[in-house]
Amino acid sequence: MTAERAIVFDNVSKFYGEVLGINRVTLSLPPGVTGLVGPNGSGKTTLLNLMTGLIRPSRGQVSVLGMSPNDPEAFGQRVGYCTQVDAFPNGATARSFLQGWLRLSGLDRAEADRAAAEALERVGMSEAGDRKLAGYSKGMRQRIRLALALSHRPEVLVLDEPLNGLDPMARAESLALFQGLGREGLHVVVSSHILHEVDRICDHVVLLSHGYVVAEGQIHGVRGEVTEHPMQIFVRCDEAHRLAAGLLSETHVVEVKLHPDGKGLLVRTRDASAFHRLLNRVVLEAGLDLEALAPADDDVGAVYQYLIGSDTEAV
Amino acid sequence: MTSDAAVRADPGLWPLRRRQAWQTIRMELLRNFSAWSSLRLLFLAFAPAFIIAAHAMKDRRCTLPEETVILGGIIQLYYVRFGVFFGCLAIFVRLVRGELAERTLHYLFLAPVRREVLVVSKFLAGALTTVTVFGAGILASFALMYVHFDAGHDFVLHGPGLAHLRAYLLVAALACLGYGAVFLAMSLLFKNPTVPAVVVLFWEVINGVLPVWLKRLSVTYYLKPLFPVELPIQGILGLFTVVAEPTPPWLAVTGLLVFTALVLAFACWRVRRLEVLYSSD
Repeated sequence: MTAERAIVFDNVSKFYGEVLGINRVTLSLPPGVTGLVGPNGSGKTTLLNLMTGLIRPSRGQVSVLGMSPNDPEAFGQRVGYCTQVDAFPNGATARSFLQGWLRLSGLDRAEADRAAAEALERVGMSEAGDRKLAGYSKGMRQRIRLALALSHRPEVLVLDEPLNGLDPMARAESLALFQGLGREGLHVVVSSHILHEVDRICDHVVLLSHGYVVAEGQIHGVRGEVTEHPMQIFVRCDEAHRLAAGLLSETHVVEVKLHPDGKGLLVRTRDASAFHRLLNRVVLEAGLDLEALAPADDDVGAVYQYLIGSDTEAV
Repeated sequence: MTSDAAVRADPGLWPLRRRQAWQTIRMELLRNFSAWSSLRLLFLAFAPAFIIAAHAMKDRRCTLPEETVILGGIIQLYYVRFGVFFGCLAIFVRLVRGELAERTLHYLFLAPVRREVLVVSKFLAGALTTVTVFGAGILASFALMYVHFDAGHDFVLHGPGLAHLRAYLLVAALACLGYGAVFLAMSLLFKNPTVPAVVVLFWEVINGVLPVWLKRLSVTYYLKPLFPVELPIQGILGLFTVVAEPTPPWLAVTGLLVFTALVLAFACWRVRRLEVLYSSD
């Protein structure tokens, strides 16, 4: 992946006085949806603020699609950032706020009006667009921040906890929107502590803890590298006890749990590929009828738990 | 979805920057005049006019020299040293530091606009606000001072009255620019600019007793030679109003404009390094 097509962190550190924000982060994020996952204080917002030029690295360099955040004229045209900061200019309506920002970006009045209307439509706020922002609920304000980040049709969309405060319907719509933008080839970087939602939409994850990148990559690849926690695989077949006996013959299978209904197994193995070969052999030799086979911990939640540990906010 | 950067007609760099600057000025003027704090500014600018009007209604025994010295004193001692100083403090400190306090600065910094364009535009908006308000205040004071007696009419219509008015307006405008640039730069250096503002006030007050090379680092040094009326203040207080080593007016104006430009250039340099860290503000 060339730097012109990626978001690149090259050995980046950020310190706030003596407090560590992030340390020695080296990343290259490809197009698609990237999930940024980590507990509070792990450095997610610092990473996003560095990515968008709101703060500067103490060491190292950040580039987005080959651009430096120090060049706002080019950078701001191609990057949109939906922050967590819940504040707006006094007295503004959603529409006037978006129009003002778009005109500041260089659009003329007609273009700004059209782009603001389009952005409001996109986040389902057209009808409430002429009301004062001060009277909005938290979820509505969140949608306006999202509308602002989308309004100039950026190529890189950075979203800091974008689902906070949204009702279930709006969450589902937002997730579909992010996923759609990712499929169109945009870079969508989402920080979230709602792991199952990150898992649903992300092609790529970055796990952060205490300012360090703990793991990065496609979720399946990251899970495969967590070797100290054997992979869990769920198997359903007609004679689970016979299958269990066959599977336990090899050393990489460290545990087999029989489901109470006698038709399912939860297998823990240190080598998923070897397990799949073994499973094929046992099923064929014993003449078993295999109904289903699925990884049980090949998701962000499990990886998070293994690498970072449980966190009350991670759900 | 394609980037608007690609599909938007490119208006050219400088026309684009002009458009962005104008939008920033527009937003800032709206903010300056719609906020409650604008009432304070109006009060500072028009308080002398009210007092002059009150006197004009009751006291009919006016003499031209006396009125001229009183107005000169009001401009020199009230407007420049107090009204414009604190008015500019309120307006110019708020331009960037106020946005940080209200947690809205990131919206501006995320827009595709050079930060220097933002700072210069905000400065111009602040200057427009303060020059307009204090200019109007001085104009009102001037009119009320001379409008109610015949010698006053003659002074304005047939004498040097209008030249005095031009000089007062020039002084007020330059004071707004000079103090404005200083306070804007200060707001980019300090989280709480109140203490440095007190230091600046003290520096301006003691300017009269400083050696010349230090005097040049103050706004009042450049303004003093522009006053059309010398105040008859004797003794130690004279140090604060009398120009010991007068600078030619053209040099005073140029000096203050250069001083303003230098401070503004520093503010531009500083804003490029400014980080948006609301938690520490």
